Amino acid sequence: MADFIQLLIAGLATGGIYALAAVGFTLLWQTSQTINFAQGEFVMLPAFFVLIGMSFFGMPFWLACVAALILSMITLGFMFKKLLVDPMLNHGTLPLVIATIGLAILMKEGVREFYGADAWPFPPLAEATNVTVLGAALSLQSLIILGITIGAVVALQLFLSGTRTGRQMQATALNPSVARILGIPVERMILYTFLINAALVMLAALLITPIYLAKFSNGELLGLYAFIAAIIGGFNQMRGAIVGGLVLGVIDNFTAVYISTQYRLVVPLVFLIIIILFRPQGLLGRVEERTV
Amino acid sequence: MMVSKKTLAVAAMALSVVFLLVAPFLFKPYGVFILSTWVVMTIAAIGLNLTLGYAGQVSLAQAAFVGIGSYITAYLTTRGWPFWSTYMLAGTSCFIVGWLLGYPALRVQHHYLAFVTLAFNTLVYLIFRNEEWLTRGIYGIMNIPRPEVLGWSMAKPIPFYYFLLAHLALISAATWALIQSPWGRAFIAVRENPIRALSLGVDTRRYTLMAFALGAGLGGISGSLYAALVQFIDPTPFALGLSLNLLLMVIVGGSGYFFGPFLGAVVAVLLPEWLRFAQGYYLMGYAALVMLLMIFCPTGLLGFADRLLTPKAKSDSGPNPVLPDSAAPQKAAG
Amino acid sequence: MTPVLEVRNLRKTFGGIVAVDDVSFNVNDGEILGIIGPNGSGKSTLFNCILGQLQPSAGEVFLHGKAVTRTRPCDLNRLGVSRTFQLLQIFPQLTVRENLILAGQEHQGTMLSRLFGRRDAGLTGAANQMIEFFRLGHLADEKAGGLSYGQQKLLDAAMAFMAGPRLVLLDEPAGGVNLTMLQSLRERLRAINAEQGATFVVIEHNMEFVMALCTRIVVLAEGRIIAEGDPADVRRNPKVIEAYLGH
Repeated sequence: MADFIQLLIAGLATGGIYALAAVGFTLLWQTSQTINFAQGEFVMLPAFFVLIGMSFFGMPFWLACVAALILSMITLGFMFKKLLVDPMLNHGTLPLVIATIGLAILMKEGVREFYGADAWPFPPLAEATNVTVLGAALSLQSLIILGITIGAVVALQLFLSGTRTGRQMQATALNPSVARILGIPVERMILYTFLINAALVMLAALLITPIYLAKFSNGELLGLYAFIAAIIGGFNQMRGAIVGGLVLGVIDNFTAVYISTQYRLVVPLVFLIIIILFRPQGLLGRVEERTV
Repeated sequence: MMVSKKTLAVAAMALSVVFLLVAPFLFKPYGVFILSTWVVMTIAAIGLNLTLGYAGQVSLAQAAFVGIGSYITAYLTTRGWPFWSTYMLAGTSCFIVGWLLGYPALRVQHHYLAFVTLAFNTLVYLIFRNEEWLTRGIYGIMNIPRPEVLGWSMAKPIPFYYFLLAHLALISAATWALIQSPWGRAFIAVRENPIRALSLGVDTRRYTLMAFALGAGLGGISGSLYAALVQFIDPTPFALGLSLNLLLMVIVGGSGYFFGPFLGAVVAVLLPEWLRFAQGYYLMGYAALVMLLMIFCPTGLLGFADRLLTPKAKSDSGPNPVLPDSAAPQKAAG
Repeated sequence: MTPVLEVRNLRKTFGGIVAVDDVSFNVNDGEILGIIGPNGSGKSTLFNCILGQLQPSAGEVFLHGKAVTRTRPCDLNRLGVSRTFQLLQIFPQLTVRENLILAGQEHQGTMLSRLFGRRDAGLTGAANQMIEFFRLGHLADEKAGGLSYGQQKLLDAAMAFMAGPRLVLLDEPAGGVNLTMLQSLRERLRAINAEQGATFVVIEHNMEFVMALCTRIVVLAEGRIIAEGDPADVRRNPKVIEAYLGH
């Protein structure tokens, strides 16, 4: 039982990180039909922003994080939208997908070229100690990750439903043309979702890099998990992405321990295929009527 | 005087054929090996171009088929089977698996289809890596023999290069005949407007599956040749990365253009070798090229050439032949 | 004599909304039947249900007395039923001639014989004839995407006739077409009807066009048939006037 709780919490913690990446992924899809194949690299890169801030500019950790956040909002948010997504608005979905695959290669090779192919240690948010709850020794780090993720998601939800801008963003996501008629500055709202995505991946990077270390190739697996989480939850819903991420994290941890580490990816992948074939709107998604 | 598009195309083709024929005498053995790799990858990309470029079905599983074909030939030839039987088996097995993988395409489209095929590729890769009794896992299969043709050994690099080149010629001719046939027209119809095609008697279901199966079959053949070329295979080359790479080859060259895959494979396979001094920067440049192409000319390099050579007045008659836009589904119900 | 097409108690609901409500009618051999009705009265949905593009919720469709409900559109087409769509549906990357060959090729031989047979499935002659018939001669080798709207509309109609269908369902053939083109289209349809004995069902908003073309008219409102008869009767029917003006 104690093992079970330990695994569950650890699974929820990694799942929370996947959820952050997946939420950003669905936000981009909803507002601008962007399928970001570079989402994994988007999580990989900010960790290097932090490392560069600390090693080249001698910043303390917290300051490097602030600088990295600003930098990712500029590059992964603003520039990504203005330089890559906007010029391709009328090209349909596939060219943009291909372009983001190109972007992923660029980011990966760029980091390898300028920072090397090694895995770099990254400062953790908490000491590697355990807290005992109900007889189960839980890692403090997992609990903190879980706490931060929940906090971030709740804050985002409050922002989306509690503020005027948030509601305008939701309207934009639901139906951009109607939103435009209602006088909502749709363009600005779309830009906000890109900035939020940049902040989310930065947060995900802070949480996951201490575990996986900072490496140029981290994005490959992270991106895959973000897609899977987004799709099993429901491509068109934020709630779906959160649930998808958490479910995925738990499944992943339990598979690794109880079934096989070699095949830990298999269960999520098979799950993904089943969901796409039999419930393409996802666990929580709305049905998008297939038109004739 | 305006040189016609056709003259230019024929001239470029003739030059390329001459180059490919004399190339072994110009290069060191390593150069011949790289050219051989180009041939093999071009065949895989021709297959993907059928599925994606002509029939409009996104597949991120081509590397899986190259892998399946490779392992079939590697496993069986090292156990004494003649190359040709394993070659046929590689092609037909992949044809069948590709047909089955096409079924999801009948239910879901675009990004969903991309993810299903992506998941399939990753699953196949995991099997290659973990099922050691079958594939020897990360240790790989060594000493894969090269075939004989009518008693002539193809073991040396240069004969084997010509052997591959002959394959490419035959496969190109067959593919050309296919896309010129009513099937090719039906594939394009499925890509451009499946609903209308269906109402004109085109069995879109069967053509979609066929496009997947043919593309996969060519992937399998390419894999079989690859195994004989490198003579040692392990799971690494067949990961998702190769599928993405093949996808980029097709798109960069010009998806839906017959010679797109040839050109795409030049950019992805040959150029990096010639520009070796650039190392990692080459890949960065390649990535940048991909993004620029998508922004300014999503129809790829051949689409770009097409646009340059077409008189201005008609230039608006060529909408993007890559894929219909999933963001704007046509609605026929009233 | 068995009607060419018989629609019996057809019904289609989307969620709670009834789009087509218990519709029955016959189409006789050689006639040109018009289906009219205000926007949203379920005309296109009715077409899509008859043609297997949508699954009807209830009811049956018979072709020459044989049940064809829920037959796939491609199989129905090979049984001699053809259609056009409300919104233009052509293949922009193919030339005009290739569009027409495509429209006929699936009726020639088997899938295998089409792979190894002739490139044009032996249809170049027929396609050229159709091109002449619709006066698109100078455009035969142009990509269809480069044609004007009216020309594309003619091509769209021509494609529906390529395989020599017995029954053709036209969804707003006159929509967005200018007057000269309209007249030419009407003549062409009349000619095919008279010379080849093809039967037509036409959905149309353009009253003048319908009244001049059709031999009989069915009026649909809110998914139900409210009137049926020859053009002059329908025009005078108070229910029809109310349906059009009452909203």
